[in-house]
This record gives sequence, structure tokens and C-alpha cells, in this order.
Amino acid sequence: MRRVTSSTLRIVSQVIFLLWAATAVWAGELGNSPLHTTNIFAPSSTPAKSIVELSVFVLVITGIIFVVVFALLAYSVVKFRARAGDAGREPAQVYGSTQIELAWTIIPILIVVVLFLATARVIHTIQDAPQPPTAIEVTAVGHQYWWEFRYPNLGIVTANELHIPVSDPAHPTPTFFKLLSADTDHSFWVPELAGKTDLIPNHPNRMWVDPHKTGVFLGQCAQYCGAQHAKMLLRVSVDSAKDFEAWVQSQQQPAIQDERAAVGRRVFDGNACMNCHTVAGTPANGRFGPDLTHLMSRGTIAAGAAENTHNNLRLWIQDPSAIKPGSLMPAMKLNDADLDAVVSYMETLR
Amino acid sequence: MSSNAITVPAVQIQDRPWVDKLHQWVTTTDHKRLGILYIASALLFLVLGGVEALIIRVQLMHAHNDLVSPQVFNRMFTMHGTTMIFFVAMPILFGFANYLVPLMIGARDMAFPRLNAFSFWLSFFGALLLYFSFLGGSGLYGAGNAPDIGWWAYAPLAARAFSPGHSSDYWTLAVLASGFGSIGTAINIIATIVSMRCPGMTLGRMPLLAWLNLVMAGMVLLAISPLSAAQIMLLVDRYLGGHFFDTQAGGSAVLWMHFFWIFGHPEVYVLIIPCFAFMSEIIPVFSRKPIFGYPVMVGATVAIAFVSMSVWAHHMFTVGMSSYANSFFTITTMAVGVPTGIKIFNWIGTMWGGRIQLRTPMLFSIGFLFQFLIAGLTGIMMASSPFDWQLSLSYFVVAHFHYVIVGGILFALFGAFYYWYPKMTGRMLSESLGKWHFWLFFIGFHLTFDVMHIPGILGMPRRIYTYEPSRGWDTLNLIITIGAFIQAIAILVFVANLVISYFKGATAGNDPWDAWTLEWSTSSPPPAYNFASIPVVASRRPLWDLKHPEDPDSRYE
Repeated sequence: MRRVTSSTLRIVSQVIFLLWAATAVWAGELGNSPLHTTNIFAPSSTPAKSIVELSVFVLVITGIIFVVVFALLAYSVVKFRARAGDAGREPAQVYGSTQIELAWTIIPILIVVVLFLATARVIHTIQDAPQPPTAIEVTAVGHQYWWEFRYPNLGIVTANELHIPVSDPAHPTPTFFKLLSADTDHSFWVPELAGKTDLIPNHPNRMWVDPHKTGVFLGQCAQYCGAQHAKMLLRVSVDSAKDFEAWVQSQQQPAIQDERAAVGRRVFDGNACMNCHTVAGTPANGRFGPDLTHLMSRGTIAAGAAENTHNNLRLWIQDPSAIKPGSLMPAMKLNDADLDAVVSYMETLR
Repeated sequence: MSSNAITVPAVQIQDRPWVDKLHQWVTTTDHKRLGILYIASALLFLVLGGVEALIIRVQLMHAHNDLVSPQVFNRMFTMHGTTMIFFVAMPILFGFANYLVPLMIGARDMAFPRLNAFSFWLSFFGALLLYFSFLGGSGLYGAGNAPDIGWWAYAPLAARAFSPGHSSDYWTLAVLASGFGSIGTAINIIATIVSMRCPGMTLGRMPLLAWLNLVMAGMVLLAISPLSAAQIMLLVDRYLGGHFFDTQAGGSAVLWMHFFWIFGHPEVYVLIIPCFAFMSEIIPVFSRKPIFGYPVMVGATVAIAFVSMSVWAHHMFTVGMSSYANSFFTITTMAVGVPTGIKIFNWIGTMWGGRIQLRTPMLFSIGFLFQFLIAGLTGIMMASSPFDWQLSLSYFVVAHFHYVIVGGILFALFGAFYYWYPKMTGRMLSESLGKWHFWLFFIGFHLTFDVMHIPGILGMPRRIYTYEPSRGWDTLNLIITIGAFIQAIAILVFVANLVISYFKGATAGNDPWDAWTLEWSTSSPPPAYNFASIPVVASRRPLWDLKHPEDPDSRYE
């Protein structure tokens, strides 16, 4: 049994090492590309960073507890196992010890107090942070199965791909979110920027991020919200101050009226499309689906389920369930000519 | 100790036709038969819940897999969770409590035998109702389907607007029916332990298994009641125009969460405390020492029960509670770790200085200690609420609670099977198949659930039917799936062991483990009336006193 225990130990430690190595390589490969990973231990924003600092502390304490208790367990299994020679004889019958019981009650209580104080500090830092006047305000509304982002002070409405400015620690421009839901519960989770916060109907929530790096940060809905919870993906584009300014300028324009796409626009306005979608500057003002005013400024469609390409757009309008079964967008059953016309119209919405 | 050496032949039913035998099982009020019925039905649903788990695992084996549709996947995890908690874990533990508590306190049956039968059939029909939803779930809406609202059935997903048809109603009624069954059994366990102990068995001499089941039964009463109330409120919402949880009419989604988790968290302890009870019986016998710190073990259990009633909102750290609420639930949750740690230390203290026999029940017990330690420590990580804002709703949580439920509860249950199967059937389970079962399950378990923590850290949320290939979760998910199949093979070995040993196992005799509690003083399986004459005890280990008249426990207590 002694041999088995030590080889088990070796295997366990090797597995743990391999897993850590794999994680590190995985994080390293993607770490330098502009597309960021979803690793909670690669923070790029103050809330996520404070969480990592706290978690490392918690991991060290729990790691020490594990080593001590596991060593006691392994030692007693190996040392006190029955041997061939002692058949029939019973060991000394010990019923307990008040001193020992006191020791292993008081020490854990002290550990709990320390862990609690460290935790309470971080809770306060993140949750009770005041909103500076330079903050960007965003209202995020969760829908089955997409994200609506509204910038009340900038007059912008967009979907699924959020743009926020990078925050220089010397002149912070954090983003403060108001989180709402139009239907079921959702949860906003971009692991490298912050922990997750739920979007719950009738229960407005608040969270904030102050990204220190530019690039695209990935995330997705974390609270089960229905059939297509899995494809309710989320992108946060953290732009330099200049890029963000330019993005705001372009998003504030009404939709481009391109005469070459007039046929497609008539199909769009003449069918049910306009009941659910808004194209600013036209009669289409539905709010059930994503705002399409600047659709072509987004890299993906269907809440990140597909790249925003001509073929995907055509397939999505023709049969959404081919990309995202269970999506609430109906198949529009257009004939080929109308379908092509609508796709051309969409492609003018820059 | 007067029942010694009295052996009574088992009731002869072999020569009756099978219809008669079946009739006897269906109409029985014998606590031992009801215990076995509970265990057998739970094993059936364990297999069904396991198949659902395998479907989930195959679907997630690689990115963009299309084995099942998202709708089917959502039904699978809903049914898997509901089945495993309500129709496997609870019934199987009630089954052991039913079988063992009267035997261990020297009683001839439970206090209310007919309530006992009623409770079992109520929860069994609850399970049938849940599974009938596969056929009748959509009612008039067309083909059948199972509920797909997750096992928490969060509002407003369970409201009529988002869950039309009847699938959610089957879920509600199944949980409600089995909940009433659980309340009946809990009342029965409490009444039995309070009023039916044999002469000499003061509360301080009760086996820890009886003590812990007493605490568990008290928690069931406190935890299941709000759950049942919430189910009735949900039915009122769905059919009588109520708006408790109907957010579109101003109801509160958060109210449902509070109702559900004020049941849901104590439920974890309802499941784990009986497993602590198994450990507290098995570890002393195979270490050949009495339990270390008996009064402290009882006190720690009561403390866990008390504190665990005030930790529920740690399941809700992400719903946007105030920083004070988050701090409160952080400290209460961490505080549960103290009495739980005391228990682990006391079990190690029991093994310390003993002569540990590494038979199969003890192997599973050591596996339990190892895994429960890790599960407790990942629990501390998530009690730290900011850390939980990252870990919650991710695969890290899934790994954590499977560590508790599989690595803790299921390992303890397997230990209990190997330990008490000889008493229930009169035959020993095969030791070599048992070792195969242990090692296969141990390897499969660690392959699956150790690795499962990592996708959570890498940002993989739970309850997604597929994921993007670019996220780098593929290899990890493949390993997890392979581990799941190794566990499935181990379960097959276990079932084979149960069946083969029933016919060919070595004869057990009354007391195959040289143990110390009263169930080992009667024949295996015990006669319908358990004891020919009611035993009288003078200490916590009546059979030790009998075997060691020169050095009885009664001298020290």
C-alpha cells in the first residue's frame, strides 16, 4: 500500500503540473493578440485585478490547509494500517482529547477571520466605488439571446459589441453600467474586465470596469436564460481615446440612405422586419431585436454566433435556426430576389 | 445486552408465487423493506440520471458538436439535476436511514410504519410524474418534452410566458409530491429516534448515525417547507393569475431565488450529514477504535445545521445584493467550514493510532475524506464573494458541487453499500470487484472533476450546449468526457457486484466486520421484528462491551 500511495501521489502531482502548464501555454498563446482570452487570471481592469489579488491570497491559505490536512490523512493511512502480525489484537481505545479539539477549533476560527477581513475589503473596493464625473454611462439590457447597449449621454444604441474607452490610471475614464433585463435573467460576464453581475427583470444592477489595455475582450451570458443561452456571446472593444471618439461620431449619424439599396429598403419596411428592428432615420423603430442602424460596423451577427459576412447575413435572414436554433428571429420566407435586396440594404448600413 | 446468540430463521417466502411476493413488497410497512425500496428506486434513477449526464458530456466533447439540439440539451441538464438531487440522493439516504436507524437504536420498526410507506410511494410517484413529462410534457401543444428550466427553475423562466405547455408543471408537481414524502419521512425519523430507543440508550449513547439522521431530519422540515410553499406560489402564478414571480406584472425574480436557495443550501447538508453518519460508523470499525471526540462530533453537526440555515444567499452573490449582504453571507459561509473541519480532524483522529483495515468500505471512506477536503476548500474560495463573482455560474462551480455530491456523498454511499449490504442480504459483496469498482471510479472521478475546474477558470459558463472553438476549451472537455465514461464503467462493475454477490457472495453471518453497534447483533438479513427480545445497552458500543467484558466502554462513559 505504501508503494501505491506514493505512485498515486506522483501521478496526482504530475497531472496538476501538466494542467497548470497547459493553462499557462494556452493563456500565453492568445495573451498578446488583440483578441483577449476569457481567463479570470489575466485581468485588465481594476475590479478583475482586485479579484485576482484576493484569489491568490485565498488560494495560498487553502493550499496550505490542503497540504497540512492531506499530509495528516496520508500519514495516518500509511502509518496506522493493519499489518499481518497484529491479527486479533485491538489498538489502544482512545475516546478523544479536549485540548486537541480546542486547538482544531480555534485555529480554523482565526483563519476564517483573516479570510473574511481580506474579502470584505475587496467587496467594499469594488461594490462601493464612487462614480467619477468622467465616467462613461452604459445601459445594458439583456434580451433572449442578445445584448442591447444604450449610451444615454451620447445618444447611441448598439447591440452585442460594446465599445468603451481605455482608462488611463492617471485620468481614469471608467465605464459604469446599469444592467436591466427585458425578459429572463441573464448575466454580464467578461472575465478579464470584471466578475459577473446578473441582469434581472425589475431589479436594476450596477457594475463598472476601467480597462487598462485596448483590444477586444470576450465574454458571454453566464446565467441560463433559455434555449440559446449558449450563443448569447459578448464582445467588448476597448478603444484608445481617439478611436472611441471616432466611433461615437460615426454611431451618432442616422442611417446612410443609399439609393442603390432602395428596393431592399422597401422589402425591409414592407415586411415584419421593421416591427422588431430600428434603423434610425427611417420608419423602422422596433425594439424587440437589435438596432441595425450601423449593422456593418459590427464584426459579428446573431450575438456573436456568426461572422458578419454576406453569406452569413443572407443565411441568417433566410433561416435563423441554421445558425442559432431557438433564436427568436423568425425565418422571413422571402423569395430570392427580395432576400438579395434586403441583404444589399443591410450592407449599406455602415 | 440480551439479544446475543438469539438467531431467528428468516421468514420463509420462497415458495410463494411471484405475484404474492410483489404484493408483499408493494403493501409492506416494514422499515427494512421500505429502506430497500427507497434504495432500489434510487439506483434505477441513478442510472437514468447518469445516462442524461453522459448525453451532456458527449455533446460537450468538442466545440460545435451537434449530437443534440439546444432544447434537448437544456432538458438533459434540467432532468439530470432534478433527478440526482430529488430522486437519487434524497431517497437513497432516506433508504439507509429507514433501514438502519431502528436497528441501531434497538427498535422493531419506525414510529409510524404506514406513514413510512406513504412517504416512499409519494416520492416514487413524484419521480414517475417527472419522467412522464417526456411523453406528456407539452400536453395539448404537441409532442412530449421534459422540463428545460434548469433544476432551480429560476423566475421568470418558469412563468407561463417563457415556459408554455406543461413541462414546468410536471417539474413543480414532482418536486412538490416528493417534498411531502420527504417531510413525512423526516417526521418519522425524528419520532422514531426520540421515542423508540431501547432501554439504556440515552441520547449520549446513541450511535452517531442516529444522531446525524436526527439532525438531518430536522433540517428537512425547515428546508423543504419553504420549497413546497414556493412551488405552490409558482402554481398560483401559472394557473390562478398570481404575480409572485411574474416579473412582467411586477413580481420578483429575486424572491424565487431566496425561496429556492433557503431550501437549496440546507439541502446540501441534508445530503451530506447522513454521509458524515456513514463515515462516523465505518471509519471507527475499520480503524478498530471508537470515534474520536463523540460529543464534539454531535456538537459540530448541530453547529453545521444551525449555521447552514443562514448561508443560502451565497448562491446569489452575482444577483446584485448590497456590500453588507455580500459580507454577511461571506462570513456565515466561511464559518460553516469550522465545524466541518472539526469533523474531518476527528475522523483523522479516529484513524490515528488505529489498525486500519483497507477493506472496500474503508477505501471509499478514505476517498471521501480526501475529496471532501478539496470540495470544502474550493467552497471556501467561492465563499469569498468577489472570487465568486468570477467562479459562480461557471464550470468551476459545477466541478465544486460534483466534488461534494460525487466525491463526497456518492463515495460515502458506496462505502455504506459495501458495509451494510451483508446485513441487508446476508451475503458479502465481492472484495475484488469492489476494488475494481473503487479504483475505476476514483480514476474516472478525478479525470472528470479535477479537470472540470479549469474550463471554469478559463471563462466557460455552465449550461451551454456548445461553445466556440476559439476559446480553447476543447481538450479539457474531451478529458472530462473520457472520465465520465470511466465512471460509468465503474458503476456497471458495482451493479454487477450487487447482482452477482446476491446469488454467489460469501455468507456474511451476523457480524462480518467485528463491529460494535446493535444492527450486528441480529441475523443477516434481520427478521421482520428485528430483535427477538429488545436489547439493553450500557454504552455507545454495546457489542464491544459484550466482546470485551474485561474492558467495557461502559466503564469510561
